[in-house]
Amino acid sequence: MGAPLVLLLVLFLVYPVGQLLLLSVYGDNGFTLAPYRQLFASSVYLDVLLITLKISLATTLVCVVAGYPIAYLISVVGKERKATLLFWVLLSFWTSFLVRAFAWIVLLGRNGVINKTLISLGIISSPASLLYNFGSVLVGMVNALLPLAVLTMLSVMENIDRTLPRAAATLGARPGMAFWKIYFPLSLPGVAAAGIMVFVTAIGFFIVPALLGGRRETMITQLIIDQVQQTMNWGFAGAISVLLLVVVLVVFAAYDRLLGLSTMTGGSASRNTAPSRLSGPLTKAGDALLTLLGAISDRIILLLPSRRRERNLDQAGMGLQVFVWTMLLIISAPTILMIPLSFGNGGLNWPPQGFTLHWYETVLNSPLWTQAMLRSLLVGIGTGLLAMLIGTPAAFLLVRSDIRGKAAWLAFILSPIVVPRMIIAVGLFYVFAQMGLVGSAFGLVLGHTVVAVPYVVMTMMAVLRNYDTRLDHAAQSLGAGPIATLRYITFPILGAGMMSSFLFAFATSFDELTIALFATGGLNATLPKQFWDEVTLQVSPAIAAVSTCLFVFMGLLIFVAERLRRRAAAR
Amino acid sequence: MVSSSLRIHELCKRYGDFVALAPTSLDVAKGEFLTLLGPSGSGKTTMLSLIAGLAHPDEGRILIDDTDVTRSPAYARDIGVVFQNYALFPHMTIEDNIAFPLKMRKVADAEARRRTAEALETVHLPHVAKRYPRELSGGQQQRIALARCIVYRPAIILMDEPLGALDKKLRDQMQLEIKRIHRELGTTIVYVTHDQEEAMTMSDRICLMNAGAIEQLGTPQDLYFRPRSVFVADFLGESNLLKATVRGVDGEGLDIVLTEQAAASRAVGNGSRFAAGEPIKVMVRPQNLVVAEAGSGMLSGRITDVMISGSLTRLYIAPETAGLPQLVAAHPTRSGSAPYEIGQRLSLGWHAADAVAIHDGGI
Repeated sequence: MGAPLVLLLVLFLVYPVGQLLLLSVYGDNGFTLAPYRQLFASSVYLDVLLITLKISLATTLVCVVAGYPIAYLISVVGKERKATLLFWVLLSFWTSFLVRAFAWIVLLGRNGVINKTLISLGIISSPASLLYNFGSVLVGMVNALLPLAVLTMLSVMENIDRTLPRAAATLGARPGMAFWKIYFPLSLPGVAAAGIMVFVTAIGFFIVPALLGGRRETMITQLIIDQVQQTMNWGFAGAISVLLLVVVLVVFAAYDRLLGLSTMTGGSASRNTAPSRLSGPLTKAGDALLTLLGAISDRIILLLPSRRRERNLDQAGMGLQVFVWTMLLIISAPTILMIPLSFGNGGLNWPPQGFTLHWYETVLNSPLWTQAMLRSLLVGIGTGLLAMLIGTPAAFLLVRSDIRGKAAWLAFILSPIVVPRMIIAVGLFYVFAQMGLVGSAFGLVLGHTVVAVPYVVMTMMAVLRNYDTRLDHAAQSLGAGPIATLRYITFPILGAGMMSSFLFAFATSFDELTIALFATGGLNATLPKQFWDEVTLQVSPAIAAVSTCLFVFMGLLIFVAERLRRRAAAR
Repeated sequence: MVSSSLRIHELCKRYGDFVALAPTSLDVAKGEFLTLLGPSGSGKTTMLSLIAGLAHPDEGRILIDDTDVTRSPAYARDIGVVFQNYALFPHMTIEDNIAFPLKMRKVADAEARRRTAEALETVHLPHVAKRYPRELSGGQQQRIALARCIVYRPAIILMDEPLGALDKKLRDQMQLEIKRIHRELGTTIVYVTHDQEEAMTMSDRICLMNAGAIEQLGTPQDLYFRPRSVFVADFLGESNLLKATVRGVDGEGLDIVLTEQAAASRAVGNGSRFAAGEPIKVMVRPQNLVVAEAGSGMLSGRITDVMISGSLTRLYIAPETAGLPQLVAAHPTRSGSAPYEIGQRLSLGWHAADAVAIHDGGI
């Protein structure tokens, strides 16, 4: 059952990446280390690596620290408010990286909202240059990856037993102590998982630094793009890829040594495996620190007016709520501000002036845009179907059967998430060029399926784990054969889960730029590629119009997916 | 009335090195109510899964009415299963749940509707037909699971701890309900539970299992009054177990010497053979332990605890002889009688007919 998936990954992941890595040591004249000599000859490339690490670390830190309260609030509030909060996180999560980065260009521009507001308030007299520096890159990166951090931590926090902090309270722990000594250690696997997910994604990013950064914020993936697109230097691109891959693998190895990779999938989230793996003195130091934090928090709480002190442990404080809503506003506002600008005729300057549908007409009359939309839809649907077709049986196999080396298989299937997207993309480009698949929708579907299929397998595995196999047994004991059981019981119950993993795969493809960057162009371009080409050429209100369309489309998609999920959960 | 006999021959199931069920044989008569009783991990649920066809044996055969079904899939066995957590299909109404086995058997719609309604009548829940399982209470879900099972009149019904999730009162009520349905339908029932009281009240015969094998098979009375092993004596009801040695055997009776007390006494056998000089355990049930004024019985001791659980009063007694375990005596609670006091000295004894000799399996 898993054969198609293995075949897909071997042909379109292992082989292309292997080819690329091989190219770095195997030139026209046989074996060579020339690309590596070039890489280390000057400090240029190592500097870029350092910058990449610096930006990624800063992004990870901010995302985890700012994301923790958001995830915490979502995990404690009631059903209704949870849905609202989650909607905003998901909306941001699903809004294209491109759209969000573009929105920040407009927002931080010389005539953007921030500068205009500051001037009208009299705080500054002339527009400050807020763009193309470390700050703007960090803002863009955090905006891009905060939802990922929140969702990862949330999956762990939702499994933490609510009664534990309460039990701590009955045992004499004040709220601060109960949080730091009980809740926080239990949520650590989520923090660690969020940290590594954000870091690994950040390290392979190029959209944000390319659009929001200056020369000094060049990241390592941008170097690879340059090598491939401008100089066609495959050997050197391969060498940089090796460097990038090594860094990622080192990070993963360190993570595994410290915390164990199993915490990533949230499998052992409820058991606290994290501290047990740490060595003794470290654990003691951590424990002392948590005790200190607990004591300090309780002192602070004691300073508060007594009315507020008596609040229930489970109720979220005002401060927390204000913080969370502010963060959600910051990550959602730029995209929403795009909407009025797209209808204005004053360019992208704030405030929007007049009302016109001109930009929408421009987009709709441009064959480049309409073709791109059609192609993205087509490729998205194709990817969704193929990923489901290949991923679902593999998920069944991994959950239901006792195959040997399950962990190794899972690691292999999830490897497209771990290997930086850029390396896959360049490798695929090289292989597709040999096979004549560059620019074809079919090639794109294959490439996108490689990166979407891990999500399908993970979602379906989660769905299958929650599925009570006794229902199948019951059906069989009641006289249903294997086919009838699948048809009347298994698929109807799994339906919503299958639909949501299809949507996940569709959305992954619909927003995919890295592979499309090389594998398409001109009239073959997908929507993100067309968007990228336009936005790197010039920043025009037409892009605001496209952004608005994409934003509304994704909003609708999440709404539908969420409805489906809730209908399934209501049963 | 449909009903079948079930024959299990040398059935065996292993998971890696773990023997879930050692080669085991068991016959269940037509219309019999047989309970598989045992602690968790004793192999009772494994046995049930093998009979149902939800797991496949490594060795052995299963015969229903002398037809070998060992290799038949679950859906072709004509066996009904009531699952521990009911396993009602969450996406179907109660009606559709109950009609499902009929649909699988291609019963005509009108007929299926009639029989579904009938099954709902049988479990006294005709008004919930259009609801979904989540809208029902645990007890109601349990009845629906039962209705779904009886609606297609399987020849054998297997029940896997069906009352485990219910509270005591509801459990008692459902026990009566299941007994009633068993009487009315005459179906063969194999019932799994770890609750010895439930097993005693409901079964024609009990098959007590331990560590993947049958420990003893017999009527509830057999198991309770003539346990073959210390495990059985201990698992079914409370028991006082004293070490002893066999002096002589005459028919059903035995001359024994109580080890710690060094006193000669009499006991009855449990149906197996005893040899003179053999070390044994003597079992006396709490209600057969006679309590009297200090100084009159075989043993003496002091009360350490008194517990009144409704109809029964239990006395926990620490014997004065060193090496004897704590003993329990139970008798009907009477109002107005002189209350027992902790620390009070008592004398203990029993009738020879109530002392049962058991081979010492060492517990």
